[in-house]
Amino acid sequence: MTLATDIALKPKDFATDQDVRWCPGCGDYAILAAVQRALAKQGIPPHQIATIAGIGCSSRFPYYMATYGFHTIHGRAPAVATGLKVARPDLQVWVATGDGDSLSIGGNHFIHLLRRNVDLKVLLFNNRIYGLTKGQYSPTSELGKKTKSSPQGSVDNPFLPMSLAVGAEGSFLARSIDVDAKTLADVLAAAGAHQGTALVEILQNCNIFNDGAWDHLSSKEFRADQTILVEHGKPMIFGANRDKGIRLNGLRPEVVKIGENGVTEADLWVHDAHDEDPTRAFLLSRMEYPLFPVPVGVLRSVQRPVYDALVNAQVDEQKATRKANLQGLLNGRSTWVVG
Amino acid sequence: MTASATSAKPREVRDSVVIRFAGDSGDGIQLTGSQFSAASALAGNDTATFPDFPAEIRAPTGTLAGVSGFQLHFASRDILTPGDRADVLVVMNPAALAANLKWLKPNGILIANADSFQAKNLRMAGYAENPLEDGSLADYQLFQIDLSRLTNDALQGFGLSAKEVERCKNYFALGLVFWLFERNGEMVEGEIRRKFAAKPVMMEANLKVFHAGWDYGENTELFALSYSVPAAQDIAPGTYRSIAGNEATALGLVAAAHKAGLDLFYGSYPITPASDILHTFAGLKEYGVRTFQAEDEIAAICAAIGAAYGNQLAVTGTSGPGIALKSEAMGLAVMTELPLVIVNVQRGGPSTGLPTKTEQADLLQVLYGRNGESPMPVLAARSAGDAFDTAFEAARVAIKYRVPVVLLTDGAIANGAEPWRIPDVDALPTIEPNLLDDAAKLEGGPLLPYLRDVETLARPWIKLGTPGLEHRIGGIEKWDKTGHISYDPQNHHNMVKLRQAKVDAIAAEIPPMHLEGAPEGDVLVLTWGSPYGAALTAVRELQAQGRSVTHANLRWLNPLPLDLGALLLKFRTVLVPEINNGQLVKVLRAAYALDIKQYNRISGQPLSVMELRDAILNVLPH
Ligand SMILES: Cc1ncc(C[n+]2csc(CCOP(=O)(O)OP(=O)(O)O)c2C)c(N)n1
Ligand code: SF4
Ligand SMILES: [Mg+2]
Repeated sequence: MTLATDIALKPKDFATDQDVRWCPGCGDYAILAAVQRALAKQGIPPHQIATIAGIGCSSRFPYYMATYGFHTIHGRAPAVATGLKVARPDLQVWVATGDGDSLSIGGNHFIHLLRRNVDLKVLLFNNRIYGLTKGQYSPTSELGKKTKSSPQGSVDNPFLPMSLAVGAEGSFLARSIDVDAKTLADVLAAAGAHQGTALVEILQNCNIFNDGAWDHLSSKEFRADQTILVEHGKPMIFGANRDKGIRLNGLRPEVVKIGENGVTEADLWVHDAHDEDPTRAFLLSRMEYPLFPVPVGVLRSVQRPVYDALVNAQVDEQKATRKANLQGLLNGRSTWVVG
Repeated sequence: MTASATSAKPREVRDSVVIRFAGDSGDGIQLTGSQFSAASALAGNDTATFPDFPAEIRAPTGTLAGVSGFQLHFASRDILTPGDRADVLVVMNPAALAANLKWLKPNGILIANADSFQAKNLRMAGYAENPLEDGSLADYQLFQIDLSRLTNDALQGFGLSAKEVERCKNYFALGLVFWLFERNGEMVEGEIRRKFAAKPVMMEANLKVFHAGWDYGENTELFALSYSVPAAQDIAPGTYRSIAGNEATALGLVAAAHKAGLDLFYGSYPITPASDILHTFAGLKEYGVRTFQAEDEIAAICAAIGAAYGNQLAVTGTSGPGIALKSEAMGLAVMTELPLVIVNVQRGGPSTGLPTKTEQADLLQVLYGRNGESPMPVLAARSAGDAFDTAFEAARVAIKYRVPVVLLTDGAIANGAEPWRIPDVDALPTIEPNLLDDAAKLEGGPLLPYLRDVETLARPWIKLGTPGLEHRIGGIEKWDKTGHISYDPQNHHNMVKLRQAKVDAIAAEIPPMHLEGAPEGDVLVLTWGSPYGAALTAVRELQAQGRSVTHANLRWLNPLPLDLGALLLKFRTVLVPEINNGQLVKVLRAAYALDIKQYNRISGQPLSVMELRDAILNVLPH
């Protein structure tokens, strides 16, 4: 296990001397700063951390992190990181990936990573567009979106990444918005502490090819009414006046006004992030604008056996119970002597 | 009695015998064949085997699609191939006969399970008449044996179901051929006891049937004589075992990891004929082996690359279709200059092709099948036992030069077993991983992840987790030395040349070509991979007739040995036999601009000694 040191770390201990090449105004800058702050706070020194990415604007991330880092190939970061984590459980491994990288070309690795529950922290930069290739629609782009590759509007139905992740048995699912520094800091800290795959979807603005894609959630004007911060053990309340809430009618969430029609706080859905049953996490993952406020915070956090720990436990167990004897192994079961 | 008693009947001594077992894939043919070959090896014979699997695991019983074969060559001298054609063919049903009769020599012994030659089975095998009765087998010594009935008779009183009885009949056949060739049955008895330890009734039943088969040969008048193949005398002294290529590949890599003091990571997705490598590794955790059964071949190699970055001996294994999926990641390993071994157990292609059959048609794929200038060392094993040494060498080179290395084997090598002289672990060379594992080694200078060793051009393999050695790598072109991203035109040119030079430099440590025959003459037969055995056998036969023929085999396909070009010029004709449409021959023509001859048969089967002898005769001066 990686251990926090006593020496106080600063965000700049995680910054490299490389020129950051994102477009001015890109949401990725805020995410980079938030991650560097979160790692400093967490206290694990840079040499015990590796940052692995695929390909995309967001996947440039490792170059700007003063940890060990690997900028791999499109969609494959989860696989490279899995191999690294199995080989080196002593390192804390972060994965940076985009919506195209993780959900189109890397979709297969993404779901299998969640299923295995490898101890990786995954930052999914969701800007609902292919940034690096200059603006084609992505698997999270909304139907009807006009892009260079969909001049009449996209006819490709999108994924909800969190719904996919629930279906893939994700043990830790969180969401934040690039500009929401407070929530981002909290979910990054929680992801860092989770054992197993910790997926953090970050709603990120690409101001060049999809500017304003999340304005309805990120702008100060709408944020309070159109997002909801879910916190374990607390009733789901939102709104600028904190007077709205979510009530569960059977398995159907509904928006209610506190104080109207006899609704009190006691009627609201109390968020249980640790619920083993994924049903409610799935309901949360389906809450979409404009019918619902979009949940941010930790949607789900449950303990499940961790793949890399299981692999290494088997290796340790076999090493302890069966003595390695290479000559014996080469000899096999039956031999004969000539001459 | 035990099945190890010697026969009272007259015996004929033979120098070598090829026997082929064939039946439904559910008939236990592979087991029967391997037990016979193990007993032959223990009897001191040299052996070589060729399992011939159907693609379908359980094709409908009695159909041609379901026929499984196992050919064994055992001899009282050094042999290199499983034999062109069989002296003895054992068939469990009409389909097995229809599919395998072509492999039986004229006047060969044909043992048929007569019970199964009934209307339905005959029809499924495409026979209008019963071949056992219509005289069409007059050219062979036909022995009709009611295996099912005899097995059933032997098991009276055991209280077994008809199905259970049927499953014992392969041991009757095995007992009979053990009698026929004077094999010692103790080992088979031991195997039966081990295998059925939990089912005492089945254990007794199989032992009984095995003995009944032996007795049948000895006591009935059907067989007038038995055969003896004495122990071979010209085999190098040492301790031997039988080994198949896939297992040898895995053991060679485990040995290399041990000699390098590294743990081994194997990423793979199941595929015929490579899966047994995964199975073998999965059972070797106490040697520090971690296996990752990935979601696809891409994940398998990518995880291996991650493990290589994490300082383990990383290996990924597959067959041609999997290499196709891995090729982008193979380029990433070239670019990041990490040690990695990529095993390709070749099978018939293209596409799904012939999954269970052998071929050598992926050479150009592994040499050239990637985007950009992407040079990679390529080695090929020539036989099952040789796969151990070649795998060890592939790992050694990968670690020393920090490169991905391809190891080629094929279906015939992977599944065919041969006696293997077990190496002494202490005598295997030590591999020095030479990790950069301490910032103090930089002596105050900057960390340069792409600084090169002057001799090998290798970059440092940096121990992850070391304070002060944090660095970033990736697939984008990098500045030499610093490893930073670079789009500089001249730098890219230099880096392309450097990556090539690094692979070329390996040629300096390839040993001189080993020749079987004179260093000059009429014909040089040059092989790579599994045709080695048949080619060398054909060459030796022609040499015995005084012909000017030499044989050489290439373990290294990239880079080519430094002395190869000069060698080719010493012969009037160079002939390259391959189980492909002419791939090495293209590489050689391009490298040396010589008119090199080719011989190719691409039928999913190994090349035979006979056809290679004819092919050589064709190019020899008349
Ligand atoms: C095999 C392969 N196919 C296509 C590409 C081109 N490509 C690079 S990034 C990218 C999409 C990136 O989108 P996303 O993952 O959303 O990242 P973003 O740039 O938006 O951060 C594509 C299609 C590639 N690099 N490799
Ligand atoms: S293209 Fe978009 S996502 Fe990429 S760096 Fe520019 S703003 Fe950011
Ligand atoms: Mg994107």
